[in-house]
Amino acid sequence: MTQVRLQVNGAVREAEAWPGESLLYFLRERLGLFGSKNACEQGECGSCSVFFDGELVCSCLVLAAAAEGAQIVTVEGLEDDPVAARVREAMVAAGGVQCGFCTPGFVVAMTGLLRGNRHPSDLETREALSGNLCRCTGYVRIFEAVRRAGDALE
Amino acid sequence: MRVSVPKSLDAALGLLAEDPQAVVLAGGTDLMVAINFGRARPEHIVSIARLAELKELVAGEQVLCGAGVTYTHLLQRVRDRALVDAARTVGSPQIRNAGTIGGNLGTCSPAGDTLPILAALDATIVVVSRRSGERRVPFSDWMRGPKQPALEPGELVLRAEWEEAGPAQAFLKAGTRNAMVIAVASLAMVVDRARRRVRVALGSAGPTIIRATAAEEMASGLIEEVGWERPLTLTEAARARFADLVAAAARPIDDQRGTGAYRRHVIGVMASRALQRTGAAA
Repeated sequence: MTQVRLQVNGAVREAEAWPGESLLYFLRERLGLFGSKNACEQGECGSCSVFFDGELVCSCLVLAAAAEGAQIVTVEGLEDDPVAARVREAMVAAGGVQCGFCTPGFVVAMTGLLRGNRHPSDLETREALSGNLCRCTGYVRIFEAVRRAGDALE
Repeated sequence: MRVSVPKSLDAALGLLAEDPQAVVLAGGTDLMVAINFGRARPEHIVSIARLAELKELVAGEQVLCGAGVTYTHLLQRVRDRALVDAARTVGSPQIRNAGTIGGNLGTCSPAGDTLPILAALDATIVVVSRRSGERRVPFSDWMRGPKQPALEPGELVLRAEWEEAGPAQAFLKAGTRNAMVIAVASLAMVVDRARRRVRVALGSAGPTIIRATAAEEMASGLIEEVGWERPLTLTEAARARFADLVAAAARPIDDQRGTGAYRRHVIGVMASRALQRTGAAA
């Protein structure tokens, strides 16, 4: 085991960890941040999406012990984020949530998309969310939520 | 297992000189999957993911692309069309923000999306070690086999270099969807009109990236006839002949992503389209 010290959601968080542990495992099992979901562990599904120095990544593909010094923001850290707040409201209003397992990852990815582009085209939305899988909604209502959140941000 | 996070390139090279068996971690998109699934348990990991010295990208007539440049930065900054298109087909935004060109070179898979383009651009791979300093490897010597890069113990990929090759470039990739696909087969074609050079390279079509040299010569001949500065008007027969020559260069296998026969077929289709697109771009 080794001591790992990371910047998570604006605070320094420290815990013992196995050196080969992913950031996802560290967030969930060491820090109790269960918003980032553990599904594929191979970067395919996007349900563990976080911001790493401002960039959207899969936390399952980040080695926790090598992430010291990076600014990590999880879905929990977006609670007071104005863009994420509109995204959450729009996901509820548009019916973009069914079982809810993929939802935190989508909220992070949609927040990243709308920060840079308030009114993405359908193709831009599809490309930006192509790394997030949802097996319930068929995506139509999630894309509708992107449009609603963009409009609400005007 | 232990993890080293060197703060400089020099420190990283020192660690690799002391322990040449150490496994280098870049974007993590390959190595972390292996660790998560228990398929890899390296004794020592040296993370170079956050080394600023490897993230430099000079995009001029001579392109110098640091090993730590991500696919996202590549597609924002580079002008070579085939490389931009290939970078955009890698994984998803999450993967493109993490994966690096140095990782693609180090993993050295025949399905590595940027590798056919580096072959078609006649790129040079620059590697470095504490013991021997910098060493330059032409891309044609880079892949000794699947997942066998021309890296000696203690060496690190420093950067890829190539000369910008103009607008007549195409990259095509076959897979089951646009995102998150490991290529069933891919093809890069570069017609460098200034240097009078045609290159065609195939991915996921054999144990390494394969150059279709007979097809390159045929296309050069066609372009020579009309002139290197002019667009190429193609007959159906010429396109079919070119497609046959490219498909004949492939050495595809049957695997879980496709059959050898399908790969050879799709490579011919991609070749015909690549000739059309590069021929029209003058």
